[in-house]
Amino acid sequence: MIPELGQFSLILALNLCILLSLFPLVGAVKGDVFLMGLARPLTVGVFVFVGLAYLALTVTFATDDFSVLYVAEHSNTLLPDRYKLTAVWGGHEGSFLLWIFMLSGWMLAVARFSRSVPLDFLARVLSILGMLCVGYLLFLLATSNPFDRVVPLAPLDGSDLNSALQDFGFIVHPPTLYMGYVGFSVVFAFAMAALLNGRLDSAWARWCRPWANVAWAILTLGLCLGSWWAYYELGWGGWWAWDPVENPPLITWLLGTALVHSLAVSEKRGAFKSWTVMLAILAFAGSLLGTFITRSGLLTSIHAFASDPERGIFILGILVLSVGGGLLLYAVRSPLLKGGVGFHLSSREMFLLTNNVLLVVAAASVLLGTLFPMVFQALTGKLISIGPPYFNAIFVPLMIPLVFFMAVGPISMWKSTSIPFMIARLSKVGILSLALGIGLPLLLTLEFDLWSIVGVSFALWVSLSMINDFGKKIRNKSNLLEGVRSLQPSYYGMQLAHIGVAIMVVGIALTSAYSIEKSVLLQNGESTALGSFDFEIGDVRTFSGPNFSGQEVVISVFKDNSFVTELLPQRRVYIASGTPSTEMAIDAGFLRDLFVTLGDQKENGAWSMTLYVKPFVRWIWLGALFMVLGGLISAADKRYRYLQRAVEEKKANYETHHPDRLVDVGV
Amino acid sequence: MILSEMWSRERSGCYLIVILFFGLPISAQVDTFEFDKAENQERFRNLSNELRCPMCQNTSLSGSSGGVAEDLRREIFFMIKDGQSDREIKDFMFERYGDFIFYKPRLTAGTIFLWAGPAFFLLIGGIVGLSIFRGAQSEALKNKTLTGSDQNKIESLLARERRNLKARDKAG
Amino acid sequence: MLGRLLPVSAFVLLIAALGFGLFLENKELPSVLVGKRVPSFSLRTIDGSLVTDKDLPSEVFLLNVWGSYCLPCLIEHPTFMSLTERSEIPVIGINYRDELSLAAGWLEENGNPFQFSVVDRDGRFGIDLGVYGAPETYLVDAEGIIRYRHVSVLDDSVWREVFVPLINNLRSPRIGLMEL
Repeated sequence: MIPELGQFSLILALNLCILLSLFPLVGAVKGDVFLMGLARPLTVGVFVFVGLAYLALTVTFATDDFSVLYVAEHSNTLLPDRYKLTAVWGGHEGSFLLWIFMLSGWMLAVARFSRSVPLDFLARVLSILGMLCVGYLLFLLATSNPFDRVVPLAPLDGSDLNSALQDFGFIVHPPTLYMGYVGFSVVFAFAMAALLNGRLDSAWARWCRPWANVAWAILTLGLCLGSWWAYYELGWGGWWAWDPVENPPLITWLLGTALVHSLAVSEKRGAFKSWTVMLAILAFAGSLLGTFITRSGLLTSIHAFASDPERGIFILGILVLSVGGGLLLYAVRSPLLKGGVGFHLSSREMFLLTNNVLLVVAAASVLLGTLFPMVFQALTGKLISIGPPYFNAIFVPLMIPLVFFMAVGPISMWKSTSIPFMIARLSKVGILSLALGIGLPLLLTLEFDLWSIVGVSFALWVSLSMINDFGKKIRNKSNLLEGVRSLQPSYYGMQLAHIGVAIMVVGIALTSAYSIEKSVLLQNGESTALGSFDFEIGDVRTFSGPNFSGQEVVISVFKDNSFVTELLPQRRVYIASGTPSTEMAIDAGFLRDLFVTLGDQKENGAWSMTLYVKPFVRWIWLGALFMVLGGLISAADKRYRYLQRAVEEKKANYETHHPDRLVDVGV
Repeated sequence: MILSEMWSRERSGCYLIVILFFGLPISAQVDTFEFDKAENQERFRNLSNELRCPMCQNTSLSGSSGGVAEDLRREIFFMIKDGQSDREIKDFMFERYGDFIFYKPRLTAGTIFLWAGPAFFLLIGGIVGLSIFRGAQSEALKNKTLTGSDQNKIESLLARERRNLKARDKAG
Repeated sequence: MLGRLLPVSAFVLLIAALGFGLFLENKELPSVLVGKRVPSFSLRTIDGSLVTDKDLPSEVFLLNVWGSYCLPCLIEHPTFMSLTERSEIPVIGINYRDELSLAAGWLEENGNPFQFSVVDRDGRFGIDLGVYGAPETYLVDAEGIIRYRHVSVLDDSVWREVFVPLINNLRSPRIGLMEL
């Protein structure tokens, strides 16, 4: 009964979406306030019914209804409750339902928090989002219905959630990533609406910017969680693998980063308008491409068969209609979007433009590496592999100038900055960064490593120029507190995000340069040294979890003969599926991680294991968290709220004076 | 499981899974090779990171617990011990598994597009960037020079204002 | 103008590539060894006798990589049994990464379609052949040259549709054969 209700809700939501994609748009074109006014209630309706469908699937999981095929394939009576509730997104069908649910949530947020946006514009935005929703819901219902029943006989128990997914990372990573991904649909819809009515000014950029910043921040968090999860779950100490399924989110992130910066210029200077719109389309295309690649089975491996080519064709259709349509609209309408402000070759605009070009080139290069094996096979019939060595070789050289300009951009001025002025402001910072960049790693490790010098120097270059700029900005204030207060949240957001990049760069450089590892075969009581640590093997304990049983080895770690920590790497066997799995043991630290992966037990009772010491690896995710925080803070900048309040007052005024005319007012 | 085949082709299995975003091998591999020199250990690590496990969902030899990966790592270990160069080891792998085994594709007539791609994109990006710069420049210039009709309008407005002022002066 | 046309044309290219990729049927790794001689070897068979590449049949034959642990091998096993029963083609086995006792037990239980099975305990011969897992089947011609490799289960339909035409081709005497 409940699955049927869920399916019925989906069908209702589809119908509401069809109405949403038509009426408000027609209303906006004809200037019909009633039709435009339907946008908000219809959006609420879509959210409610998609939400009900999502709830129905969750209940189906919670009640172990294995007559539903999707539940039978992804759950089991033994599965702990927290995984039963989240196993909803453990497979293609349910995760796509989550995707749609997220989109409807964003739509609701747009309907609720865009009071400052004129009604005709909002109607267009929500209609466009409604169209996307129609495509997604049709796709779900036609090719991937999560509510399909098993006929004729339901299995007694489910075949369990993939044991690799039974982890905290699985609970947090997919929803965050989706939320970020889907957020770029909102920015896309704003861009399309602007192209449709030909109105693309600073006000447009101001409406758009908080949404872009929030979507970007959440996508950053999603990627960060994914990287962290891969690190502790995969067991080889890596935090990024350049896998074809993790590249699309990165591509989207790079384009989104470019978009966030370009929007800043469009808002503040009215420049780069058509470039900004293009980036909004591209970032959205990146998110759809990611969906396509992961769900069509296009770029998996030679052995994973495409589950269903029909799905691939369907998503490709959505991609062609939405992105293709967007690009066509862009080609037709973008001549209208002329920005009227000039700038000098040495100006903040130009530095931001350079940064944008580098980010987009990086995104295109990652895309090339991701798709090239497929194209190569189609043309030559031969298979090749493209992996981390290729991506590192092309990506790092593009990121170095980007980080260089990160220090230059924020201190430069709009329109024109004299080069001697820049040199005067940055020369001390540059010399100090280079000196400390060479000195610090050398002093701490007594080991010369080019990449750690490059990494530390550039990180210092960015953060020192930030500190320098901050100092200059508050110098004229009477005291520090007043100085701190005088700066805008968007300034702090930018600072935090850039410092986040610096922290991440340090993490990447140092962990790549100074990580050490060692594989050993050890018996109870034996010990081995790695770096300055001694690892001593103790007892083996057997234990059983809710749906697995296993063994763990007690490893005590000492440094200079004093006890540091106890590590408990495990090997588990999941009862329902019988699959073995390894659980790494990690002692996380601000300056270093200790990491143990357990191998097999040999005949003589010894265990094989790999030990790692990974300095500064946490800084990679710490930096990402700074970026997330920065993105959120700048999205919360008061100027968006002040404007909103001003408009509401203006509107209230207007309506009391002209009660017969109900018109939304723009900013 | 999402679009996945969990197909263990071997006892010591490499499980071919594609999960939401990351392909996770279920059990990690651990070898215990003893090298005489740290430099050789480093070479072993680099080679097993740069070569792909031929039977797996996208993982390197070092990241896979699959049977072939285990055999190939052992092979690399013995070849290094024999004093063979990286070049020789890579050629050995190429003769048996072809280009597929290299994570860093070799530069050939076919892969030239791959290696030249980023430079080509940078060129296009530079051109686009410059054209945006030029566009903004000429646009700004256009906005500064007024068209004839604009000039007329302004002059008529100014004339009207002068007349109004004069009229007011007279009245005052 | 460039700014307007570039994205659309890049997008068309991308979609073409993606659409093409979707219909890319053969995702199988082609063997590098096709057209080359079976690597030389000197290995024990399951029965314990020593064989080398000189002992391979001097006619068209199949080289099947199998193991007692491998489920798909059991699925394709009846095909090989019937091929041997009908004396259609000689089948040589490579027992890949297996325990000798388990392998012998497996043959006893399910029947032995192989003229002989060489034991490749540590997968060393497998590396020379470019094997990446059981089951795989190589088609070798009378001169000992590998002509085709099939990955995964070789069932009756694969046999009929892929192997039979290839074998007929190889067996029909051609002048071109002299060049080998």
